[in-house]
Amino acid sequence: MAIWLTKNSKVIVQGMTGSEGSKHTRRMLAAGTDVVGGTNPRKAGQTVDFDGTALPVFATVAEAMAQTGADVTVIFVPPQFTKAAVIEAIDAEIPLAVVITEGVPVHDTATFWAYNVAKGERTRIIGPNCPGIASPGASNAGIIPADITGTGRIGLVSKSGTLTYQMMYELRDIGFSTCVGIGGDPIIGTTHIDALAAFEADPETDAIVMIGEIGGDAEERAADFIKANVTKPVVGYIAGFTAPPGKTMGHAGAIISGSAGTAEAKKEALEAVGVKVGKTPTETAKLMREIMSAG
Amino acid sequence: MDLYEYQGRDLFERHGLPVLAGGVANTPEEARAIAERLGGRVVVKAQVKVGGRGKAGGVKLAEGADETVARATDILGMDIKGHTVHKVMITVTADVAEEYYFSYLLDRANRTFLCIASVAGGMDIEQVAAETPDKVVKAPIDAVKGVDEAKAREIVTAANFPADVADQVVDVAVGLWQAFVAEDATLVEVNPLATTSDGKLLLLDAKVTLDENAGFRHPDHEALVDQAAVDPLEQAAKEKDLNYVKLDGEVGIIGNGAGLVMSTLDVVAYAGERHGGVKPANFLDIGGGASAAVMANGLEIVLSDPSVRSVFVNVFGGITACDEVANGIVQALALLEQRGEKVTKPLVVRLDGNNAEAGRAILDGANNPLVQRVDTMDGAAERAAELAAAGV
Repeated sequence: MAIWLTKNSKVIVQGMTGSEGSKHTRRMLAAGTDVVGGTNPRKAGQTVDFDGTALPVFATVAEAMAQTGADVTVIFVPPQFTKAAVIEAIDAEIPLAVVITEGVPVHDTATFWAYNVAKGERTRIIGPNCPGIASPGASNAGIIPADITGTGRIGLVSKSGTLTYQMMYELRDIGFSTCVGIGGDPIIGTTHIDALAAFEADPETDAIVMIGEIGGDAEERAADFIKANVTKPVVGYIAGFTAPPGKTMGHAGAIISGSAGTAEAKKEALEAVGVKVGKTPTETAKLMREIMSAG
Repeated sequence: MDLYEYQGRDLFERHGLPVLAGGVANTPEEARAIAERLGGRVVVKAQVKVGGRGKAGGVKLAEGADETVARATDILGMDIKGHTVHKVMITVTADVAEEYYFSYLLDRANRTFLCIASVAGGMDIEQVAAETPDKVVKAPIDAVKGVDEAKAREIVTAANFPADVADQVVDVAVGLWQAFVAEDATLVEVNPLATTSDGKLLLLDAKVTLDENAGFRHPDHEALVDQAAVDPLEQAAKEKDLNYVKLDGEVGIIGNGAGLVMSTLDVVAYAGERHGGVKPANFLDIGGGASAAVMANGLEIVLSDPSVRSVFVNVFGGITACDEVANGIVQALALLEQRGEKVTKPLVVRLDGNNAEAGRAILDGANNPLVQRVDTMDGAAERAAELAAAGV
């Protein structure tokens, strides 16, 4: 069944006619995703051919939903236009909006998040600055490579794109129910906790890998959540033990501020609630392998 | 980007907030000119991005231009907690009656902004919050609604600001919020927000952090970067659009994706513990679809760091195919040679994921004696650390 994204998901792409949008629309289609169209107000009414699949371009998300029954949007528009694109998706009440765009100003993210809350959170937002969500063998919304792993019973939630791919690759023989890249920005729509809750409730997920990194206290809060709410085994990995304080390490949110946000504190918080934390990605995969083989 | 106090003061002034008249000086002579313009008694403050300036002797009073020059001479060049003072801010003095605290900041946990206000200002707010939590008000701010007069008054009332300054604090709270939004700040902190003996409210300090992601709508923010304080390698990397952070170790790191590169730093540091304590020399994320040119630029920056003794290229091919990455490395080495840069430091390359076999075959075929292929991340880190330790 997977979480949030299934084989029944109908996906549209905001920014489908742009270079990133069209490249990844093609990849999503190749991965078997049911992409049903895209939006671009200036090209509404046209169709775009993707290796034999003609996809319609709509003026708005609402129109695309009405015409196609789309329930997922993947957003590839540049940072300047991301806030407007997400607000459009929220107004259309699409159930899932995956925001791939990197470099979105945090005031813009805070604004569309507050707007979503005010509207009753009818839209689940993943990202921004994330690789998206993939339910191997079912559907793929975003830029996660589809051929790394097949379907299985591990759930994965991660702040990092390439570490997501690395972990999928290490455990490709076991397979995953859903892999969610939640993004490395200081404010994100879907958190570790949201994914943990969904995996806990998902009958097709047996165990969860959680990948975090320096900055903020999302991992510490996830640890509290695990203690109170998660019965499935969780294995963790944290990146950034050797990162110096005060320096942003690639992701806008990956920064140790004073004594807050260190990898050590996150690891300790997770271990304190019984989560096994690997020292390296490979060791983390090994810990998960032990859990899955113990059945 | 964290601003210096004088830049924060200027920013507040531009947004119509009450600050002390003043200016910034790089030399004692510039300090003299400012002192003459301001007249009378002034404060000379070291401009460093670290707390505890006062205790370190970086804040002094001066009477008249000559004394200002003397104090500026004392303070310029001073070392405060590892930060050399290159600039001093000079302002007129204020006859301070009361000191308060006021800030807006990003609240990551609650995905919104937070206002922190206290009538106990002039000291470390975290200490105040720990010792007298009832004196600190933390009010979440809705990013859509912002801070209007009603919201500001709610905060001012909750924080128990005295009635005679409440109206002025409300004005500052609204104005400061407008500046916070207009400038795409993630922090504006005023400590102290002070009243003078004649009842005027003044922003006496300025701690401001700006969101670099919002640079596209603030072309003026670029000028706030302190070029003198930027590491030359970081500057060179930035000019080539590379995401590079200089660290103080010996193993150069190149990888794709911020998380994987951070993870690579850790794995190398662990391996270094077994090899004479060598550490990562840098963070460098060449991103998703890195071309040969990007790889060449990355290698050039990393190899130009004199403390680098070995380089670890750690790539997981997700969208990028490893054969392209391998071609990139081979071409990059050739490109560097063409640029007249002799590469002598060993490279350990780990390729995994999309088309890894083809990529490895390309590296093997190129048969460059400097390039060693190790196919696991942990193994490659071990080898890179070993080579760095041996290459002293």
